[in-house]
Parts: sequence; C-alpha cells; structure tokens
Amino acid sequence: MQKFRILLAAAAALLVSWVAAQATTLDDVKARGNVICGIAVGAPGFVFPDNNGVYHGFDVDFCHAIGAAVLGDAKKVQTIPLEPRDVFPKLTTGAVDVLTHRLTWTYNRDNGGGIEFAATYFYDGQGFMVPKSLGVTRLADLKGANICVSQGTTTELNIADYFKSHQMPYQIVTFNGPDVAREAYNQGRCDAFSNDRSSLAANRLVLTHPDDHIVLPETISKEPIGPWVRQGDQQWSHIVRWTLFATMAAEELGITQANVDDLRKNPDASPEVKRILGVGDDLGQKMGLSADWAYNVIKQVGNYGEIFDRNIGPNTPIKLQRGQNALWKNGGLIYAPPFR
Amino acid sequence: MKSQALEQGTGGGEARPRARRVPRNGAGALVLQGVVLVVLALFAAFIIRNVVLNVARLNIHMGFAFLSRPAGFEIAQHLVDYSARSTYGAALEVATLNTLAISAASCALATILGFVIGLLRLSKNQLVSTVALAYVEVVRNVPLLLQLFFWYFAVLGTLPLPRQSLGLFGAIYLNRRGLYIPALQPEAGFAAAALALALGIAIWVGCVFLARRHPSDTGGASPLRWVGPASLVVLLVLARLLFGAPLAVDTPQLEGFNFHGGALIIPEFLAMLAGLSIFGAAFVAELVRGGVLAVPRGQTEAALALGLRGWPINTRIVLPQAMRIILPPLITQYISILKNSSLGAAIAYPELMLVSGTVLNQTGQPIDLMAVTMAIYLALCLGIAAIGNAINRRFHLAAP
Repeated sequence: MQKFRILLAAAAALLVSWVAAQATTLDDVKARGNVICGIAVGAPGFVFPDNNGVYHGFDVDFCHAIGAAVLGDAKKVQTIPLEPRDVFPKLTTGAVDVLTHRLTWTYNRDNGGGIEFAATYFYDGQGFMVPKSLGVTRLADLKGANICVSQGTTTELNIADYFKSHQMPYQIVTFNGPDVAREAYNQGRCDAFSNDRSSLAANRLVLTHPDDHIVLPETISKEPIGPWVRQGDQQWSHIVRWTLFATMAAEELGITQANVDDLRKNPDASPEVKRILGVGDDLGQKMGLSADWAYNVIKQVGNYGEIFDRNIGPNTPIKLQRGQNALWKNGGLIYAPPFR
Repeated sequence: MKSQALEQGTGGGEARPRARRVPRNGAGALVLQGVVLVVLALFAAFIIRNVVLNVARLNIHMGFAFLSRPAGFEIAQHLVDYSARSTYGAALEVATLNTLAISAASCALATILGFVIGLLRLSKNQLVSTVALAYVEVVRNVPLLLQLFFWYFAVLGTLPLPRQSLGLFGAIYLNRRGLYIPALQPEAGFAAAALALALGIAIWVGCVFLARRHPSDTGGASPLRWVGPASLVVLLVLARLLFGAPLAVDTPQLEGFNFHGGALIIPEFLAMLAGLSIFGAAFVAELVRGGVLAVPRGQTEAALALGLRGWPINTRIVLPQAMRIILPPLITQYISILKNSSLGAAIAYPELMLVSGTVLNQTGQPIDLMAVTMAIYLALCLGIAAIGNAINRRFHLAAP
C-alpha cells in the first residue's frame, strides 16, 4: 500500500505541473539570481581561465555586462564552456540563458529555429595559419593541402565554397572542437589551420613555437560574431541587444569606467548621456530593468573600447587592431542606434 | 508482542497463508497493472506534450526534409562518391559506412589478437602468461578515449613528414598524412577474372561438401580435395591468358605537398584501428580464457589417453567446445566495439557521431537528427546480434 501511495502522489504531482505557466527568461534569471552564459572552451583573449579556473576575456566581459544590466552585479554570472556542437541544444533546452560564444550570424542559424541573434559585437573574417617552413605566402599556394578545422562551424562550409570556386583540391580533417584541431595542427597533422582571424592570432600564441607560424593575408568570409538567445522571448533578446549597444554608445559619447560617476552627477552632461545613465529618464523600465541598468554596465565592466583594449587590444599579447571593430566615426562598423 | 508473533508463526501444523499485500493474480492484479499502465502513459504524454509545446514556442523546424538539402562540407574519408554538393542524407550514409568499416576491421583484429593473448594467458610458461596478464589488466583499466588520444597524438607525433616518409618496396608509404598504398584499378580483364574467381570458388566448395559426404574406402581424405584448388588456379590462368590483365596497380608518387595516386588510409583510421583493436582484444582474451577453462578437464585427459599431444588437443578438442561458451559474450563485445567507434569523433575520424554532430549544428534540428542517428546505431547493433544468434544456434548442443 505504501508503494501504491507513492505512485499516486507522483502521478498527481505530474498532473499539477502539467498546467504550470511558462516563465520568461528575465523572471527565471531574477529568481535564480544569476545569468548563465555559454562560452567557448578556450580562445586566448576572448575566453580563457586563470589559475583559479575563473574565466576572463572579451566574450566573458559581455556576459558580465548582461549580469550587471539585469541584476546590478557583474559578478552574478555563471559561465559554462561549450563545444560548438553543443551550443544550440543547450540554449534551446534552457541550460544556458545566452550564448556569448564565437558564433557567426548566418541565415541558416537565424532561420533554423529556436535561436535568435542579438547584435554583432565583433566583426571578423576567416583566415588560414601555416607553418613558415611550408614556404607558402598566398592562399592560392595551398592547393592539395590538408586543413585542420573544427566541426559544425561556418569554417568548414567557407573552405568548401572557396576551394571549389577556385578549383583547388584539398583534404579536410575535421575535429570536434577548435582546441583539438589546433593541437593536431601543432603536431603537424595538417599543412594549415583555419579559423576566424582573431582566433588565429590568439591560437598562434599557444602553439609550441609561435614564431614558426604565420597567418596568411587573405580573408575568405565575413564573420559577424555576437550573442545568441532563444527565439520567442522578445524581452530578453532586447535586453541583450541593448546592453551591447549601451557599451558602444558609451564609447561614442565618451563615457568611461573612470568618469561615469562624475558624468552621472554632472547637470551639464549631454541629454543622451543623461538618458543612458538613467538621470531624469527611466529607459530601463521598458525592458523590465532598473533605471541605472546601463550605468551598472559601464561602471562595472566598461565601454566597448575599454573591453576591447583590456582583452585583445594592442597592449595585450593578442595585439589586435580595432580595424573593422572601430567606432563608425573612426571608420569601423561599431554603430549603436540612438538611446532616445 | 514479539513472543506472540513467534508463537503464531511456529504454532500448529496448518499454516494459513497470509493475504499478500500486492495481489499477484486475479482481478486485483489486473486493476493494479492497469493503474501502472495509465501512470506510465500519463508520464509519456507529459514528456511528449512538453517537447511539442517547446518546439512550437521556439519555432524549431521538424521533419526530415533536411536530408535532401546540400551538405556543404567535405568528409575526410568516403568509401562511396561524396562531395560538398551531396545531400545531408548522403553524408550520413558515408558516415555509417565509415563506422561499419572501422568496426569490422577492429572486430576482426581484436578477435585474432584476443584469441592469441587469451591462449598465452593459459600458457605454462610463467613469463609469457605474466606478460599477457599485464597487457590485459593495463589495457582494460585505462579509459578507451585516453587510449585513442595516445595512439593519435603520441604515435602521430613521431611519424615523419611526407618528404621523409617511411617507404616499403617503393609502393607503400607511411607518414603523418596517412598510409599510402597502391590502388587497384579495374582493367579489361576484370569481369572475366571475377567470373573465373566465382566459378573456381563454387567448384572448390562443392568438392569440399562432396568429399565430406563420400569418404574414400580407405578412410583417408578423399582425392577430391585437390580438385577444388586446382580448378580455381586453372580458371584464373585461363581468364588472364584469354582476356588480359584484370587489374592495374596505381602506386603513390610524391608531388608537392603530398602523394598523388594510390589509395590513402587516413591516420585517424589507423589510430582508431589500433586503439579499438587493442582495447577489444583485452576483453576477448578474458572471454577466451574463461571459455577454455570451462571445458571439463576430463576432455584434455581423454585426449591425452587417446595419444594426442600438444596443439591438436586445443584445436580439435578444447577450442570447439569452448566456442559454445565464448560466442555469446563475443557477440556482445562486437556490439560494444561498434558503439565505441563513436569515440572517433574525438580524434577526427569521420564516423556517424562526428558527422551527425556537424549536420545538427548546420541544420539546427537536434531531435530529428538524433532520432536518425539512434535508429542507425540500433539497426547496426541488432544486425550484429541477429547474425551472432544465428551462428550461436549452430553451436547448440543437440537435444538428447
């Protein structure tokens, strides 16, 4: 009879949860108290763990920015490293709230169902890295070469398209993650390693002899990279998108981590600065956030330029130039819509 | 209270069976089974409803139409024609063939190696049996993934670059890019040679059957046993003389980065073959040892009494009887090897897990894809089990 009662109780519990309502991601995050971000397994400058296993990097800083915007504390985030193959199922099933990963915005992914692109935070392109001993200076010399890539990314597809249209034969070696692919290239399994140019610059540093390798000058694709969220939750997708734009607008308007407090107290600051920082107008309530959501982002994480310089800028070992990722005023593609 | 219960239990010869709490037969049992069924059905319905609702909410596409869309990616090893323009369905086919190829090769190698090691374990020579024991214990207890990484990275790293390949007879080359072997191209005489081969084998098999059915009067082997091989050789020679060479050999030549011509076996295949075979052999060795030990000692003693010595005792008396015990777990081991081949995804061998992972990422349809992948693995494993069961029936003891 005891077992029977337990069975009946379980059945009743199931029936009750049958009619449970759907909660939005924002509600879940607030109830849980942290934002769960899916990040890449490892890409120096963008995602890397320190000696205590805590992750830092360009992508991780944007995860912190979302935490600061939603919960007021940039530290209230949990980062989960994911291989490219696992990212979308983990997002659609709710294991992570947002993917701040190295994932390109493509037609098929946007319309594939279940996921939505927030906004581009890094404009990149695909390139190739070869050992100097190969004596190759241009991509056209890679006819018949073995190329190491990671599965399931746009890398494979771009190579297939490029080499087919230039009638160059090649041998593909597909690994289930970019770090295994890089290790195999390091061991000499392939003649070339292909990935986004920023990843190539970062990965070159962790090879056994970084100075023995060069990145070829050609870029064979456009790779707009940014966070992905679940489809069907407009509010959350707007929150992520406008958090990104807040960092970009902050750099454009000259708001930095250092002067944000002064600007907030300054009555002569420009109207747009005041609106972003929540002075005299509450833009946050339309997204279900507090009035100082953008202030928290800039104060705790910084503006776009500061995030870039801290992780992958010219003063870091990665030494990336702003290039396409400069502000539109400086000839780049970083352009935030007006906060009005 | 205790003493009362004891009294009741031991008192009297007539034991009244206590009414069971859970009825085993009759109407009560049926009702109980009905309730359990309803609960299970509700649980399944809950899961299915959850999935359907979430799929609709997230706007995920379902359906198998993606199988006819172009794949857009290359696969490193394809046993049939495949290119980036082939469909996703073709990609999954290629991957399934790769899984079958590595599984078949590993099963064969693991069986041979396993039998050898298993018999070595039973050797009277202390050194030999200890070495075999060490092999089995070490290999069995290290995770397979680790062993695969070892074969791929540790061994791969020591192979030379194409310019300094290890060559054999000027036709086989081993380097970091793989194993280059001569490829065989069919020529004019191929059809005739194939026909001659088929005919010759058919005659040989027929002779074997006839020889068994009609032993010669002297009790020795039948003279028919020479007819089979002789006819095969004669037919092949005739085909060659009349129709020309059946095959042309295409040897690999070093040009530029890599070799051209010949056939290439990728290093991922070699690493998987080494890893899976050596891992599987350790388990097969234990199966063989168990099977041989299970044959009663009386059999060996009777063989010795009859005057048999040494190896024929094993091959004619012990092993055939041991096979009955070895075969079912051996089939299980083959199924295990097939499932272990899915670890190839970790070292870039393009088997089903790796390719379906790529397709999943490109199409964004995890449920349909996983259903297809699971169905393929299930079909392959059930196939092996069915063949195994059929062979098993032949080894059954006849009813007395």
